[in-house]
Amino acid sequence: MPTLRHVDRMRRITSGVMTTTTALCTLLAVGILLVILSYIAWQGIGSLSFRFLIDSPRPVGEGGGIGNAILGSVVLLGLSSAFGLPLGISVGIFLAEVGTGRLVGLVRFIVDTLTGIPSIVTGVFIYAVLVLPMKQFSAFAGGVALALIMIPIVARTTEEMLKLVPHSLREGALALGAPQWRVTLGVVLPAAASGIATGAMLAIARVSGETAPLLFTAFGSRFFSHYLDQPIASLTVQIYNYAISPYDEWHAQAWAATLVLMTLILGINIIVRFLTRKRF
Amino acid sequence: MSGVMMTKTPVQIPAPKIEVRERRHDASTPQREAAKTKVAVRELNFFYGRSQALHNISIDIPERIVMAFIGPSGCGKSTFLRTLNRMNDVIPATRVEGQVMIDDRDIYAAGTDVVDLRRKVGMVFQKSNPFPKSIFDNVAYGLRINRLTKSGSELTDRVEEALKDAALWTEVKDRLKTSALSLSGGQQQRLCIARALAIRPEVLLMDEPASALDPIATSKIEELVFDLKKQYTIVIVTHNMQQAARVSDTTAFFLLGKLIEVNSTEKMFTAPNEKLTEDYITGRFG
Amino acid sequence: MSATTSNNLTVKGKHSDWRRVLSPTGNTGDAIFRVVMLAMGLFVVAVVIAMVVALASDSMLSVRRFGFAFLTGRQWNPIKGEFGALPFIYGTLVSSLIALLISVPLSLGIAVFLVEQAPHYIARPVGFLVELLAAIPSVVYGLWGIFVLAPFLRVHVEPPLAHWLGWLPLFQGSITGIGLLTGGIILAIMVTPIISAIVRDVLAAVSGSQREAALALGATKWEMIRVVLVNGAPGIAGAVILGLGRALGETMAVTMVIGNRPQISASLFEPSYTIASAIANEFTEATENLYLSALVELGLILFLVTFIVNGIARLLVWNVTRKTGGVGRAA
Repeated sequence: MPTLRHVDRMRRITSGVMTTTTALCTLLAVGILLVILSYIAWQGIGSLSFRFLIDSPRPVGEGGGIGNAILGSVVLLGLSSAFGLPLGISVGIFLAEVGTGRLVGLVRFIVDTLTGIPSIVTGVFIYAVLVLPMKQFSAFAGGVALALIMIPIVARTTEEMLKLVPHSLREGALALGAPQWRVTLGVVLPAAASGIATGAMLAIARVSGETAPLLFTAFGSRFFSHYLDQPIASLTVQIYNYAISPYDEWHAQAWAATLVLMTLILGINIIVRFLTRKRF
Repeated sequence: MSGVMMTKTPVQIPAPKIEVRERRHDASTPQREAAKTKVAVRELNFFYGRSQALHNISIDIPERIVMAFIGPSGCGKSTFLRTLNRMNDVIPATRVEGQVMIDDRDIYAAGTDVVDLRRKVGMVFQKSNPFPKSIFDNVAYGLRINRLTKSGSELTDRVEEALKDAALWTEVKDRLKTSALSLSGGQQQRLCIARALAIRPEVLLMDEPASALDPIATSKIEELVFDLKKQYTIVIVTHNMQQAARVSDTTAFFLLGKLIEVNSTEKMFTAPNEKLTEDYITGRFG
Repeated sequence: MSATTSNNLTVKGKHSDWRRVLSPTGNTGDAIFRVVMLAMGLFVVAVVIAMVVALASDSMLSVRRFGFAFLTGRQWNPIKGEFGALPFIYGTLVSSLIALLISVPLSLGIAVFLVEQAPHYIARPVGFLVELLAAIPSVVYGLWGIFVLAPFLRVHVEPPLAHWLGWLPLFQGSITGIGLLTGGIILAIMVTPIISAIVRDVLAAVSGSQREAALALGATKWEMIRVVLVNGAPGIAGAVILGLGRALGETMAVTMVIGNRPQISASLFEPSYTIASAIANEFTEATENLYLSALVELGLILFLVTFIVNGIARLLVWNVTRKTGGVGRAA
């Protein structure tokens, strides 16, 4: 029947067109990624220098660098990890091992809520409870804000990694007379350690790119600082400030700072991906 | 028939476990020695990657009969069934050598229209897999995508016909628009049969269609198969020898990817030609 | 009373009571451990409750002053003390809508390609690359947006749009490259890796027998894919809503390319303002209590909206969660 053949050809053409379209969509996404990354590399490499990495910002025309911002970011990451990792891992342990019944449901719901809160709102909250009473911006406030962002991420990965540990491992230890806490801390946690570690690394990568919550907690600074009760610079805020400034020189520095930041973030992501690749 | 070695002495089988029961004889089941061959397979070899799953299978399947494929788990009967409508194409790294001729055309020849092939050779799977749509839309699916009907009323008629052929119509005629997933397991399987029948295939392949069902649902399916053979060539894979005995006209016994024997069902279960067949049927292995 | 045999299996005396209550084993270490873990869990709960309380109380001033009119007021004038949030609500909604209009088809295409079409050795690395888009910080997207995307749109995209579709009020007005359209496009790029990642999981979870059923009835590849999409529909809906939730809360990238002008205009080329951008820009300049309170009220609105949206999304995507902590994204 000639009609059936024609219909079939249309179906086949449609199928071909659609499958090509999906391939193009993927190509577009990957293309955009490569465009962005190559722009960062191309624009950033020009202003990158050893001095750039060490100096603090200077007025336009005098060079300067992001040294204080790098230090600031390190301090903030350290602070947020110091709060966020133990708390996040503990909550993960609670959800996977300790919690019972409705309490687990409540905590998990809260953790999920925390994940979805826009980071700027977290910043507003910390401003209200830390910055206002202390009457100043501080690295401490910034660290706490970042910790709040880190906690749900770490808690969720920890919970999932702990759940992956086979029950037989737990039962073996329990049968030898070990108390529950020993089993959890000494047997289950080490077994899940690599997964938890990669989760922590990804959380750090994620948090290192945060800007909004720092805008009114750590605020930013043009000087080197390591005092926790003073405002402190960070890579992200610095990039933001330079980007919206009217000066070309600062724009160039923004690109270079972005290059530094992206190297860190991409580096962590690629390492994690490498570590978690499935062996066939 | 090729692939079968003839031995001279008939075999003595002590206390056969399988009874070829009295089947309903009506005008449609007289002897059919001169039946036309619908599917002719010649020296088919099938490979999953490097391992060979089917060895040199050759068999003729006449039209409008029910042929059962039996054999222990892993013997290749399902794999062979799936070569008949090229469903194995979707599995990566598979390779086919040999010929499968349906109506004297090799379906593995270059340029074969696979979509058209699957219209002619329908399949019912082991576990029922209705789409998450209404009962009506499930049965109408094949008709719609293949544009087989010209009007809404024609579509409705075809759906009703298919549901009647699958002995499901009376149970669902008042709720055609409800979800197919609300049916029982046995009903879902009959729905899948209706769905396959709606596009009027010439051959119907059934891969252990009743293995997931309770005995009552199973017997309904078996009755259905018996009725369907008036119009369709049916190949049914089953691990249940009693089922094969109840339902089929011809039986083929597979073992380790080879076709051991093809015979009329009655002979297969009372006086098979091959010792291996006899051993399997009497339960010495498998 | 057996005085001779000491039964080590029972925890003796009254001292066991508190331990028994806290831990089913009655072991001291267990009791302490459980208390500590419980405390951590409850601490997180307390933090979130505190957040709601703080937001609510600090916005009280503004709420009492403006009431419901806050949501409908069109004027945002810090000098005069008039605060109406409608321009921000408008900007947030429209930019997110544009983002979804662009991102959802794109994400579906990517997910379908990676799950149904691409062979395994392509799907894994390409999937990783798409996920990397989510790892780029918001401020970096903003930087790229200002210096690359905006000029590109201004020169190559907006003029043709104005030329061919200028009869629509959507594409009228002055072309600067900075505005609602740019904000929407940048949001689309940021949200695509998230939606496509979830849809990938959803599609991969669809049973293979559905695909086989369609193929066995003579379906073409695309027709089979449509069956898979129907199967995954609830999960896909959840993914889209999750993407919406992310788009609503995005701050830095949007603030850098949207123009930050509190106005409501039909044109997509015009600058606009979102809730998150407003907070980010003006928070440190809010000197008076009413100003600050109005900004906090904006924060409260954002919190509530994203809470509801994410809640709906979770209901739909309940079982499909991302396995790793996520190649997460910053705002």
